[in-house]
Amino acid sequence: MPPILTLHQVSKVYGNGTVALQDIDLTVSPGEFVSLVGPSGCGKSTVLRLVAGLGQPSSGQIAWGLSPGERNLAFVFQDAALMPWATVVDNVHLPLKLKGKSLRSCRADIQEALNLVSLGGAERSYPRQLSGGMRMRASIARALVTRPNVLLMDEPFGALDEMTRARLNSDVLHLWEQKHWTVLFVTHNIYEAVYLSNRVVVMAAHPGRIVADLAIDAPYPRSEEFRTSAQFNHYCREILRYLSSPERTVTVP
Amino acid sequence: MEPNSSLSPPSSPASPGATVWGAASQISRFNRLWSLEVMAPIAVGLGALVLWEVGVQLFQVPPYLLPGPLLVLQTLVQEWPQLFPSLMVTLQITVAAFVAATVSGLLIAILFTQSKWIERSFFPYAVILQTMPVVAIAPLIIIWFKSNTFAALVVCAWIVALFPIISNTTLGLNSADHSLQNLFQLYGANRWQTLWHLRLPSAMPYFLGGLRISGGLSLIGAVVAEFVAGTGGARSGIAYQILMSSYNLQIPRMFAALIMTTGLGVIIFVLLTLLSDRLLRHWHESALQREN
Repeated sequence: MPPILTLHQVSKVYGNGTVALQDIDLTVSPGEFVSLVGPSGCGKSTVLRLVAGLGQPSSGQIAWGLSPGERNLAFVFQDAALMPWATVVDNVHLPLKLKGKSLRSCRADIQEALNLVSLGGAERSYPRQLSGGMRMRASIARALVTRPNVLLMDEPFGALDEMTRARLNSDVLHLWEQKHWTVLFVTHNIYEAVYLSNRVVVMAAHPGRIVADLAIDAPYPRSEEFRTSAQFNHYCREILRYLSSPERTVTVP
Repeated sequence: MEPNSSLSPPSSPASPGATVWGAASQISRFNRLWSLEVMAPIAVGLGALVLWEVGVQLFQVPPYLLPGPLLVLQTLVQEWPQLFPSLMVTLQITVAAFVAATVSGLLIAILFTQSKWIERSFFPYAVILQTMPVVAIAPLIIIWFKSNTFAALVVCAWIVALFPIISNTTLGLNSADHSLQNLFQLYGANRWQTLWHLRLPSAMPYFLGGLRISGGLSLIGAVVAEFVAGTGGARSGIAYQILMSSYNLQIPRMFAALIMTTGLGVIIFVLLTLLSDRLLRHWHESALQREN
């Protein structure tokens, strides 16, 4: 299958001389769930922002296997990034509103997106009235309302407690199996990365670079038992090794 | 039934206990109105008034030096037919200046945030306008507007009231959440969509804070300008009354006019606070009721 996204020798240097990314090569196939893990400052979020078009690489190319018309990106931010003055419905409506669609004309789409993340019933609530997990669900619903085929998630569950994170992990995984999105998922939590992904890309800092690219060979749907299996532990140990000694050679799956 | 069951909260908001709970919270809110928070300042105020009255009586202070509160109140009632129309003239100037400052301040702030260069080039002049002593330039402005004193007074009050709105609103427009700005960019929002749906709502709490400051400043500006103008005739404001009372040594009347001016300022502040709370009640920290 031809790749949906290819990063070729992508570097990003900031104005003050900081090398955020150096020679990133990454290929993503359609329908893959790829996680980027690494310490803070390794540029994993920068990769996501460049892919989203929120900034230009200093050198290298980012190529899409989809025409701009076919490409439908959605971005989920770490801090939910909801408008505090708007209800859940108005927040989820936002991407469609910016395309000029009235609330009335897309009620059904909004309701569907809210139902997908089990947030039916909270339509009239304001973000402040919601728990952290529900806010994140609203944020995901806003991403889903445009029916994206590529989902970019930047540490979406980083601020949540462990139980909520586990719930949202399995919910996102179920949705991914139904909808066949391509997902780029940034996290600093290796357990989350292993549980969710087809592939885990390990990054290191100073300069930001890829040190390993591991395939997680476990069938979907993944149960909660997978989280405690020997196979799961093996992958986690492997990733930890790369994180603690990033100078090791790159393994290609 | 367990003896302490009345202490346990209802299990869910939909349970029949919820209505009782709601009523109880209303009663407690009513009680809070008469709590120390409200009673303490009232007690302090009454105590000060009593001390003042007793002191004036005891030391036989002549009313042209310091009138007692009872005399001031009596004068206020007596002079109300003359003072109230004057207060209304001042109110007109205040409202006109406040509306002008609000509209122009908002537009200038929006203009400032369209480009860093516009803000950098013009903001210092807004500061200069703010620091200019209006007392000094008011006579000039009145001469410029020689046929229209009302407009001249409005302009003076407008100069005083403008800056907090520009400054606060500019700050607010620039403090939209960064992730939300990225989101708008990602979904291809144009400049006006970003302004209307993101920057203006983000600026709302700051703008309303600016309004509360400017409401009081509009009144102060109007009074100061009237002082300088010293206009006679039918359309004379409350400052003219204060000035004339002071010249004629009608000190109780001066105090009565002062109290009316202060009262007007308090009313303006309370109205703007209510407006702010109403507009922000669903989402902003400043307008949320908390138990702790």
